Amino acid sequence: MEYSSVLTTCTYCGCGCNFYLENLDGRLTGTIPCKTSPVNQGRLCIKGWNAHEFVQSDQRLTSPLIRKEGRLVPVSWEEALDYTASELAAIRSEHGPDSLAFLTSAKVTNEENFLLQKFARAAAGTNNIDHCARL
Amino acid sequence: MTNSIGDIEEADCIFITGSNTTSSHPIIADRVYRAKENGARVIVADPRRIHIARLADVHVQQKLGTDVALLNGIMHVILEQGWQDQEFIDQRCEGFESLRDTVKQYSPSVVEGITGVPAGDIERVAELYARANAASILYCMGITQHTTGVDNVKSLANLAMLTGNIGRPGTGLNPLRGQNNVQGACDMGGLPNVFSGYQQVSNPEANSKFASAWQAELSDKPGLPIPDMLAGLEDKSVQGLYVLGENPVMSDPDSDHVSHALQQARFVVVQDIFLTETAQMAHVVLPGVSFAEKDGTFTNTERRVMRVRKAVEPVGDSRQDWEIIQDLSNRLGYSMSYSSPEEIMQEIAQLTPSYGGITYQRLEGDGLQWPCPDTGHPGTKILHQERFARGLGLFHGVEHQAPAESVDQEYPYWLTTGRIYTHYHTGTMTHNSPTLEREAPEGWMEIHPDDARKLGLRTGDRVRVASRRGSVEAAAYVTEDISPGTVFMTFHYVESNANVLTNPATDPIARIPEYKVCAVSLEKAA
Ligand code: SF4
Repeated sequence: MEYSSVLTTCTYCGCGCNFYLENLDGRLTGTIPCKTSPVNQGRLCIKGWNAHEFVQSDQRLTSPLIRKEGRLVPVSWEEALDYTASELAAIRSEHGPDSLAFLTSAKVTNEENFLLQKFARAAAGTNNIDHCARL
Repeated sequence: MTNSIGDIEEADCIFITGSNTTSSHPIIADRVYRAKENGARVIVADPRRIHIARLADVHVQQKLGTDVALLNGIMHVILEQGWQDQEFIDQRCEGFESLRDTVKQYSPSVVEGITGVPAGDIERVAELYARANAASILYCMGITQHTTGVDNVKSLANLAMLTGNIGRPGTGLNPLRGQNNVQGACDMGGLPNVFSGYQQVSNPEANSKFASAWQAELSDKPGLPIPDMLAGLEDKSVQGLYVLGENPVMSDPDSDHVSHALQQARFVVVQDIFLTETAQMAHVVLPGVSFAEKDGTFTNTERRVMRVRKAVEPVGDSRQDWEIIQDLSNRLGYSMSYSSPEEIMQEIAQLTPSYGGITYQRLEGDGLQWPCPDTGHPGTKILHQERFARGLGLFHGVEHQAPAESVDQEYPYWLTTGRIYTHYHTGTMTHNSPTLEREAPEGWMEIHPDDARKLGLRTGDRVRVASRRGSVEAAAYVTEDISPGTVFMTFHYVESNANVLTNPATDPIARIPEYKVCAVSLEKAA
């Protein structure tokens, strides 16, 4: 048996509680609240106690999908990325960069948010980027 | 938050408004309980008798959309009694006269007429808040999700400045962020008008700084906020939409309108971990990874930047979100070659003054609260200690304005919306967590017994709720926790999504939709 526990930050609300995610033989089995965290001081709410549960849900997306004849079908990463890039490029060249719009997310990391706004502004060439913070 | 989570325990008075704290921010509610145990007074202003209202010294139930009037009434009393902190006002603020003239007309009896809150309660709230040594304000989306959202926040700022309750331990104006990294998404420039660190795209200096760092020409024209993107899809001025980890079909007001707009798009890409309602409408779906499968940072509601660490291998063929973006960028001809999230953070620190001192190494332990301008800086627990960001704090005289939509004969009930304890946002994650799903598998609509009697409804009965935009069915839950004439629903469930009903009218400045108020009709369903 292989066991590890990794300190991280809760994904649910803006409190940002710290807990350890427990990994037993590659499966997440639970969370342990971090006692030294200045935020939660060893406590968690019901969401934090169960924050590992959805991660390995069998409903997770496991492969890229492209719509073909009306249905989303699994494809390779090469195909999905090539197709996405060529569609974005085509729209940009036909209608200008401001015909593209990006929604970033209050659920992904700072690094990912930073990168998507850089992608929108520097690679796609538009400031059309927003997220659902207002919601 | 201007102050910190731990700092709430230092308060002598805590004023909670528009936040169902126990349910949406349980760990912060804990701090309120502890402060209360230490003798702090608790004031709750909320149209619903939410859980935390039960421990409040005063709970006032203002009518939906009357927050500005209520706050003006409180300030009226404070000025009349001479409880303001004149020294703070004179030395740290400007525009006091405009506030004083505005609130003059909001006597407790006038405000009672607008808000339904008894004049005596308004006086009591004013006294508890103004006479405390250190008083803290906690607020959430019940304040911001209105067409008058910015006015509501300005009014709270007026109240804090008027009484000198800012810049000291136990005080402050403390918004509780809903989603875990809203703070970070804003800090990182996930907004149409600013780069990271709120540097304006239209500011020539900021623009050229980023342009030279990124070796690209950058537009100085602010982009479209979400409501305008949707309008753009409908009139074809926007053709392609890229959605990272959001589910606007569920989360945005007037869902049917959002689906319609997405159907007009020539190309929609969704990068997410589940096949959300939005992903089901996409042309391409790119599987990213969950928080447990990635490295990075989140910034919490007290501006604390904290590490997220990979604890398990990604499921299936899913891929790191930053790598997906980088691969697409390279294919679009703009080269990116990061080797890790840590390298992205180095660039963030370089270009973002408030994150200047943040490195992964320094985040070990407690994390760091921005502003943290350099690697010797310990971070900032309390903002505005010596001065405000703009220099002097500016008072705004703000008048009460009615909500965008009002009840009438056809739609005679007020609807307000919110979260419940076990679920999160559109439920993408929580509905896939067996323990959480078991707690509350179905959405319901809260209704006062008087109204329930009129409609012949009992708890558990199906009720059809309709607004000018659409209709949904939900189970009724009869409770005195809500005022007569008002009903409450959540937006966690596809089958009874309140956002089919909500009003997309937005605040003119912040463009926040008015989720918290709309007019509906009710009918017992078969
Ligand atoms: S454990 Fe609960 S209170 Fe803490 S961050 Fe997660 S959802 Fe929020």
